[in-house]
Amino acid sequence: MSTTQAISTREASGRAKPTGTQERRTARRNRLTSGGLLVPALIGLTISFIVPMLWMIRMAFNEGAGSGVVIETFTLQTILDPLTDSYYWWVIWNTFSMGVISATLCIIVSYPIALFLTRTMSRWKGILIAIALAPLLTSDVVRTYGWMVILSNDGILNTALMNLGIISSPLQLANNMSGVIIGLVQIFMPYAILAMISGFGRLSPQLEEAASSLGANRFTTFLRITLPLSLPGILTAFLLVFVLSISTFVTPRLLGGGVVQVLATSIYDQTTELLNWPFAAALAVILLILFGTVVGLYQALTKKLEGE
Amino acid sequence: MSAEPVPFKARTNIGRLAFLLIVLASYLFLAAPLVIIFVMSFNGNQYLSWPPENFTLDWYRVLPEQSQFIEGLQTTLITASSSTALVLLCGVPAALALNRYEFRGKGALSAFFLSPLLVPTIVLAVGLVLILGPIGLTNTYLGIIIGHFAITFPYIIRTTLMALLTSDTSCEEAARVLGAGRFTVFRRVTLPIIAPGVIAGGVIAFIVSFDEAVISLFVAESGRPTLPVHVLRYVEQSADAAVAALSVILILFSLLIVIIVERLMGLRTALR
Repeated sequence: MSTTQAISTREASGRAKPTGTQERRTARRNRLTSGGLLVPALIGLTISFIVPMLWMIRMAFNEGAGSGVVIETFTLQTILDPLTDSYYWWVIWNTFSMGVISATLCIIVSYPIALFLTRTMSRWKGILIAIALAPLLTSDVVRTYGWMVILSNDGILNTALMNLGIISSPLQLANNMSGVIIGLVQIFMPYAILAMISGFGRLSPQLEEAASSLGANRFTTFLRITLPLSLPGILTAFLLVFVLSISTFVTPRLLGGGVVQVLATSIYDQTTELLNWPFAAALAVILLILFGTVVGLYQALTKKLEGE
Repeated sequence: MSAEPVPFKARTNIGRLAFLLIVLASYLFLAAPLVIIFVMSFNGNQYLSWPPENFTLDWYRVLPEQSQFIEGLQTTLITASSSTALVLLCGVPAALALNRYEFRGKGALSAFFLSPLLVPTIVLAVGLVLILGPIGLTNTYLGIIIGHFAITFPYIIRTTLMALLTSDTSCEEAARVLGAGRFTVFRRVTLPIIAPGVIAGGVIAFIVSFDEAVISLFVAESGRPTLPVHVLRYVEQSADAAVAALSVILILFSLLIVIIVERLMGLRTALR
């Protein structure tokens, strides 16, 4: 500070146009300060994010021979390989359909909560929102474990139903796609609720009241007023849950019991077990493209909604 | 977990009641796995049959004897606190620059700072293995810390920016006019004002790193992995009640974090 003061006094007592010089100096100083403030963040993100991502993408253009052997080259073949292999089309299809089904179901079970939280005037509103979002901060490993306890063959749902005599042999709810989807639906509910609450901006109780006072019954009001107005929120939530589902690893791995193969589990197998890094990178690039396309859609949509 | 929704003052009829029942059912579905884990952690039977048999605290009692969980907890505490400290040191100044200074490319830069959230963790994990492996940083604490930097950084930026946006700058101007230097203004005026946002960001960064399993699995599988990786491996073998007690403790820990964040800035603002 003292140096700045010294400089500025010298400026003031010195030659002409002191204000111009001083403004320029301040501007320069501001640039330096803001630059200095940004440097640690930029270094950190370069090391932990930019370099790994670029290196991964470069690796997808190498050829892999498995067992950690990488042939340095520049070819599209490694990315094209899974796209010409029927097994990997099946994996990609699994990934895609898992995303669509879990996003759809997730919207269906989250919609009532989101609608309730948007409308309620209760003084418990804050707490009810917190309860709906709280599972976000618990580990997905723990929540998936909870579903394994419930859904597995000797899990509590099957034993309870058998003890009650409703079924005679256990329902196959875990170690397959249906188990993975049940788990994903619950795990991503908080995200869906959050996205829908934010997207329900145009929903207003006045419109609903107007509809009912003009003679519409509750069902018509819902169908003609509430549902159309909440569509933007539903759509953003759908896209969000879709991208989260297709990129998740823990739930398909644990609830899928090794039977369910999606891109994430294949990437893991290629990286840590088969050590075919270029191929793992190629699968990761395919997932990234799928993910990026939907995220782009999502962002365009939210921007449009916020602009309104 | 779930609370009974308070009925509205408006007319109560069958439609309203049905709606509230559906809401309640959705809440129950949301809470189901957590509630079940809680019940099962006191179950006297090793197998996960329903209804649970005689009440026991044994699962909690044997927890400290399970060396892999204790070891995992150690790794997790070291890496989560280091990466939180690191992202705070890098993120708070960066948020300050974004909010208080004018420069070109500002919009692009804030988008860049939030972009790690727009990449699947598993994709980043592959990249991290590929660059950390050759330089010998896989299976080290530093490797995990580097891996967790990118995924926790956006939360600090988001909460700090939110706090800066809503803060009143007149006190800072007053301090500046009265002759305080930039750093003094930051330390004595700005930081105390934005502290709730910064702490909320730090707490979220900590829990995200604490719970993260995928990057830790890829980067530190054969070294001393973090607690979530140990739990994942254990559960892959057998989903018995032994993990339930540990899970309850982890859930209670998360609940504490939820309460802290809710008090500081509201969970909804911090997570969106």
